[in-house]
Amino acid sequence: MAIDAEQVRRIAHLARIGLAADEADRYIDDLESILTMVERMHAVDTSGVTPLAHPIDVSQPLRPDRVTESDQRDAYQADAPAVANGFYLVPRVVE
Amino acid sequence: MSQWETVIGLEVHVQLATASKIFSGAANRFGAEPNRQASAVDLGLPGVLPVLNEAVVRMAIRFGLAVDAEIAGTTQFARKNYFYPDLPKGYQISQLDHPIVGRGHLDIIVPGNDGDTVKTIGITRAHLEEDAGKSIHDQVPGLTAVDLNRAGTPLLEIVSEPDLRSAAEAVAYLRELHAIIRDLGISDGNMNEGSMRCDANVSIRPRGESKLGTRTEIKNLNSFRFLEKAIEFEVERQQEILESGGRIRQETRLYDAERNETRSMRSKEEAEDYRYFPDPDLLPVTITPAQIEAVRAEMPELPRARRERFMKQYGLSGYDSRMVASDHATAAYFEACVAVAGDAKLTANWVMGELASVLNREEKDIDTAPVAPAALGRLISRIQDDTISSKIAKTVFEIMVTDGGEADAIIEARGLRQMSDSGELERLVDSVIADNPDQVAQYRAGKTKLLGYFVGQIMKATGGKANPGQLNELLRARLDGGS
Repeated sequence: MAIDAEQVRRIAHLARIGLAADEADRYIDDLESILTMVERMHAVDTSGVTPLAHPIDVSQPLRPDRVTESDQRDAYQADAPAVANGFYLVPRVVE
Repeated sequence: MSQWETVIGLEVHVQLATASKIFSGAANRFGAEPNRQASAVDLGLPGVLPVLNEAVVRMAIRFGLAVDAEIAGTTQFARKNYFYPDLPKGYQISQLDHPIVGRGHLDIIVPGNDGDTVKTIGITRAHLEEDAGKSIHDQVPGLTAVDLNRAGTPLLEIVSEPDLRSAAEAVAYLRELHAIIRDLGISDGNMNEGSMRCDANVSIRPRGESKLGTRTEIKNLNSFRFLEKAIEFEVERQQEILESGGRIRQETRLYDAERNETRSMRSKEEAEDYRYFPDPDLLPVTITPAQIEAVRAEMPELPRARRERFMKQYGLSGYDSRMVASDHATAAYFEACVAVAGDAKLTANWVMGELASVLNREEKDIDTAPVAPAALGRLISRIQDDTISSKIAKTVFEIMVTDGGEADAIIEARGLRQMSDSGELERLVDSVIADNPDQVAQYRAGKTKLLGYFVGQIMKATGGKANPGQLNELLRARLDGGS
């Protein structure tokens, strides 16, 4: 399956991965070989197979609805690059 | 009738009223100081694992049963990937392929000029997900402040089929959903605090056309009024574009309540690519028929059943029962009130009329009404036993609202008891007739509307305390009977 440099840049943007100009070509090769492998799996007849959501065949244990966490804001915020009035601060995301 | 048909589907997000969050043991309470309720799981710190809250599953099943939906035997969580500062993990845990609640339906009541009509609206699905935090852009100049208390709050997203045909139908649907989630006790439904939020998908098509038009999605609809206004605005906008030969762009639009308009937020043509995949941190959840039956056994009475019961049990009309039985707090008030008052129709009128206008004026909910239901019931029973007139009752009610106190005590202390001594009333009628010979002559010449004038004179003389029925009778007897 063919992938072009534009698609690579788009995927990188969606995942917020910075790509140098010459890196896109290298990833075209990597991604194409992965997709070639996926294409080979298409040959297998899976019509009678239940889709697998998780490799472990048990169901999710549930937690009783109780508050078990105490407030540790100060400890968490000690590691944050910028805080004020209890808020985490980040670069402005709207104009 | 317009040549265009409006097509609307709603996506409603309901915050579930659990003690703790959907995947962590942090408190799920509105209004805490910023980030006091954001635990390591909610912050998405490395090495943490989400564990699903049992109550959330039960609440979703409750909702599913209320709308006759299929409940999934196995349900799976998925990651919805996007970047925003109030989504610390870089993905939202949601559901895509195996939602907990499948197809269902909801009957809505659409008020119309020729009475109410009932319409069945399809529910496509309802799935569980976590809420994001809040980004605040005006807290610190030049920066965005992030409060992650809301991150991890359990949400049930309820998606309707595009079965709604007008803003009024959309509002009726949202009202019915609101009443149901409150009855089920799965959410407080407080739209001001974001407990229930609504996005509307709106498109129009030429009447008779079966293919759907291009839709826009309107975000930020946090009241019934805004939902109605935003849809009305959007339908008009789309009509203008199509009638002038343009074409609708598929996009997300934001409703601005202050300007009453919708405006473009982002284009969907560059469709968001959320790259959903099953969340490897969460195993599939199994729901057994026994679990579903256990939830069914504890289902409360729902608005529709209650409206029907009120019509049967209290003899209320369809309209009255819709007004007092739809919301469970109003219904509870009505039932406590009528148990004392006796007369259901009169009680319904008071609850919808005087009480509703006081609540509106004082900006109070019915569960914190300034007059308790039994106290209002005792006031209403004083109208029935002719102690006071309806008009005086309104005065007494106002005193109860502002100063508190019991109807009987207020009636006695202020001497508001209706004049029941017919002898005294007769004397008053005679003297008013004697004092107003001109009016009497006019009345007898056929100007019978003047009866109101005489009633007014006597009401003035008695401070409104004359029994209106008795007074009318006496006046008519005197005026019509000659002498």
